[in-house]
Amino acid sequence: MTPGRAGKGHGGVASPAVGRDLPRVDGPAKVTGTATYAFEHQLDDVVHLYPLQATVARGRVTAVHTGAVEAMPGVVAVLTSDNAPRLAWADDAELAVLQSDAVAFRGQLIGAVLAETSEEAREAASAVLVDYDELPHDADFPGDRSRLYAPAEVSGGFATDTDVGDVEAALASAAVTLDQTYATATYHANPLEPHSTVAVWEDEGLTLYESTQGTHAVATKVAALFGLEAGLVRVIAPHVGGGFGSKGLPHAPVVLAALAARLVPGRPVKLALTRQQMFCLVGYRTPTLQHVRLGADADGRLSAVSLDVVQQTSRIKEFAEQTAVATRTMYAAPHRRTTHRLAALDVAVPSWMRAPGECPGMFGPEVALDELAVACGLDPVELRIRNEPESDPQSGKPFSSRNLVGCLREGARRFGWQRWDRAPRSRLEGGWWVGVGVSASTYPVHRMAGSSATVGFGADGRYRVAIGAADIGTGTWTSLTQIAADALDVPVERIALQIGDSALPPASVAGGSSGTNSWGSTIVEAARTFRDKFGDHPEDGDEVDASMPPNPDTERFAMHAFGAQFAEVRVRQDTGEVRVPRLLGVFAVGRVVNPRTARSQFLGGMTMGLSMALHEQSVLDPRFGHIVNHDLAGYHIATNADVGTIEAHWLDEHDPHVNPLGVKGIGEIGIVGTAAAVANAAHHATGTRVRSLPLTPDKFLL
Amino acid sequence: MRPFRYERPDDPLAAVALLADDPTATFLGGGTNLVDLMKLGVARPDVVVDVARLTGRAVETLPEGGVRIGAAMPNSDLAADPVIRHRYPVLSQALLAGASGQLRNLATTAGNLLQRTRCVYFQDVTTPCNKREPGSGCSAVDGWTRHHAVLGASQHCVATHPSDMAVAMAALDAVVQVQGARGPRRIPVVELHRLPGDEPQRDTSLEHGDLITSVDLPDLPVTARSHYAKVRDRASYAFALVSVAAVLDVHDGIVGHVHIALGGVAHKPWRATIAEDMLRGGPATTDAFRAAAVAELTRARPLPDNAFKVPLARNVLVSVLGHLTSSAGAGR
Repeated sequence: MTPGRAGKGHGGVASPAVGRDLPRVDGPAKVTGTATYAFEHQLDDVVHLYPLQATVARGRVTAVHTGAVEAMPGVVAVLTSDNAPRLAWADDAELAVLQSDAVAFRGQLIGAVLAETSEEAREAASAVLVDYDELPHDADFPGDRSRLYAPAEVSGGFATDTDVGDVEAALASAAVTLDQTYATATYHANPLEPHSTVAVWEDEGLTLYESTQGTHAVATKVAALFGLEAGLVRVIAPHVGGGFGSKGLPHAPVVLAALAARLVPGRPVKLALTRQQMFCLVGYRTPTLQHVRLGADADGRLSAVSLDVVQQTSRIKEFAEQTAVATRTMYAAPHRRTTHRLAALDVAVPSWMRAPGECPGMFGPEVALDELAVACGLDPVELRIRNEPESDPQSGKPFSSRNLVGCLREGARRFGWQRWDRAPRSRLEGGWWVGVGVSASTYPVHRMAGSSATVGFGADGRYRVAIGAADIGTGTWTSLTQIAADALDVPVERIALQIGDSALPPASVAGGSSGTNSWGSTIVEAARTFRDKFGDHPEDGDEVDASMPPNPDTERFAMHAFGAQFAEVRVRQDTGEVRVPRLLGVFAVGRVVNPRTARSQFLGGMTMGLSMALHEQSVLDPRFGHIVNHDLAGYHIATNADVGTIEAHWLDEHDPHVNPLGVKGIGEIGIVGTAAAVANAAHHATGTRVRSLPLTPDKFLL
Repeated sequence: MRPFRYERPDDPLAAVALLADDPTATFLGGGTNLVDLMKLGVARPDVVVDVARLTGRAVETLPEGGVRIGAAMPNSDLAADPVIRHRYPVLSQALLAGASGQLRNLATTAGNLLQRTRCVYFQDVTTPCNKREPGSGCSAVDGWTRHHAVLGASQHCVATHPSDMAVAMAALDAVVQVQGARGPRRIPVVELHRLPGDEPQRDTSLEHGDLITSVDLPDLPVTARSHYAKVRDRASYAFALVSVAAVLDVHDGIVGHVHIALGGVAHKPWRATIAEDMLRGGPATTDAFRAAAVAELTRARPLPDNAFKVPLARNVLVSVLGHLTSSAGAGR
């Protein structure tokens, strides 16, 4: 299909743009190096910023010796808690940068050096001597279980605990039971583009060129921190080199840059984090321990599902990952219990990372189901199908659409699942044990409030469609162009999309796989309003604004995307090395706006899940309190050589309830369940059940 | 980055003299390790002497049958060299098992030998490290030790040498040619790197200012085969958990020439002399290979996170020797 389709528009368009595999409209700019990322904005009279970070895990800074440093070549200023501007709002301890001398975790920002070049700033920062009053710290996860606590709620506003029926009695009377604990590691998102900011104060306004998933979210938060009217902070982010959640919420570095820029009004201050700094300052996924108990009858029908999760947060700011929430919705069982407990430690603040909640939370239960299938002598695909619920077990609401069974069946067919002998450790080929595994996948349909869009008509005959959305590499530039074209019934060439700037109409954050749903629905509404008002032959200057309309169906239905992931795994008999020659995923995600960018999201998510399965692990040394393998040599991410064949497919799912477009969101579901599928395949290959990620060679070495 | 003086002298003697004048001066080869360490504040030289154009960048055949490798020869070129691929496949395989294509294009032979440990505590100036700051203590010994030594370590340092190439060279009885302030000399690769003892700051037996000018490989028995195997935490672009380089010559089922070196297990490429002695003149069987591996590893003193390296090294050693004995290992 060619992108330059010469459609006629207004009744003459041959086929809708939505559903076509339009190449990325920003692709040529990216491959020719002309797409401008935050740090690359060329401004005059720039000052470079290099952070100072605490080298103790807890205590107080008693002195920062800046005298000699201020005389070093190129140094413009040294920023510390002594001379940092006071923030108007400091309730968020992560963002209250330099507002006190307290140190709450190793690597926390305690100052910065401003210099004429980045090299001078970094060298001067290394020469700053800091005195501390050090206090004992606790960075040991899980450590002493007695100090675990139940948060008031978990992320997303979900209940911390749920308890339906009588799990203990059901387990006691179940024909088959399983009781195991699973562990996921600490993970850092590590987008290719480091977190970067260019901050300029002019008059009383602040401009931030920022690597962010949400320009308005940053503008609103930074304005509150500095006591400014929202309109006085402008955030510009036309292109973002990946975020994976780590750029979804404002973190401390952008505040540091804004504070530093206050010292040099009119001069742009540039900050780009080093890879090591990204391991302390921009969030991470908490490690989890998942105690799973299942009870079933001899045919594998679940009577009880229990998941007790232990994870960490920072002592200064609670982040309670909603790890057990997916289990509340996955399978039918009359007796169900989930809990979340936190260890509050003197560590960096955890945050969002691709599919927070579902990604770690589907590991333990989906491996447990595989163990239950073995115990019942059942095919794990069939076991899942037998436990398919009629309606959402948690809310009792009907699903707007739920095609997990369809994904499992289509995946099994495409993968050749039935050809494999189910007995573990039954195939040895050239010194490699070979096996296959399956896992379910799910992600909720999120619709975020707060977006509006402008549609206007210009003298050039093009429609200007403006919304402050972000393209973090996912294809937003392209998919919103397609949605706008269909909503206005014109070819894509007649859409001039504007995104990535808080000066545009407000948009919700690119998170929770909600962008296409929320921004797309908003654009559809704005286009409808425009056509109602001006018809299909508008004049130059015609323009409307519209906000995302409410969707009453969100109260009536449970809305989730589902998928099934299949993996083939080889484990070398004498070394335990694990290879994944084949992954196959089938997803039911509603309507797919652009098959090309959608496939890219699925493949990327599955690759990230493969990486989680085999490699990724941030190692925190509890004596120091920081991640010690804090670079890409130490924190392994899958390389090309680790990735074999990956296939992503989707069902033709029509869901009239989720939104006018029928889309469910695709950015995160690809990572959910992959690690469980790989671990289950590794068990099938070797007979060794590994319940703790990652699946490194030593765990299969006998 | 700290300001430094950059020098590019015209001959090796001038380079050696430049270092003699300044105890913090250092040679720069491809820069794939040194520049990183300078950014991290681990290396803080006042003078950087670029030697990447001063020594050879090719492989020469020596009259007595061996070969001489120029110290500045890029790893990529060395791995691809037809003579190396044909006569010393273990070396080509080891090079290709290391780093990435981009790094191998820059990294030099001598620089690869002299790269520093990737111990996370050595590379982090905010944690104590006896190698970086003698007397400050070893953070690794009670820390995260997955990648650390199981053989020949001391209480002062449990770091491993990261090179793959050096492991192959140790097995090949390579000899380093050095130009020092007091003249040239020869150091066998197995004596170039040292065990940490109570001076972990010293990676090698080189004196400050010694410049490696070439590496000589002796000729191998015509029928000997060689092979390198590496196990790491991902399929490429990772340092060895354990690696094995071996040269083996078997006649009528009896082991003749046998050289074995282990990587990823010690502060230096670990020449497995106990295993070699047990194997030489004995049967080339899996049982014999296993017994020799076990004997070599009885001296292993694993740390909490790396006990797996002992059975892993045993298995890889058995596998490599088995490979070299089988028909699959034919073709040198």
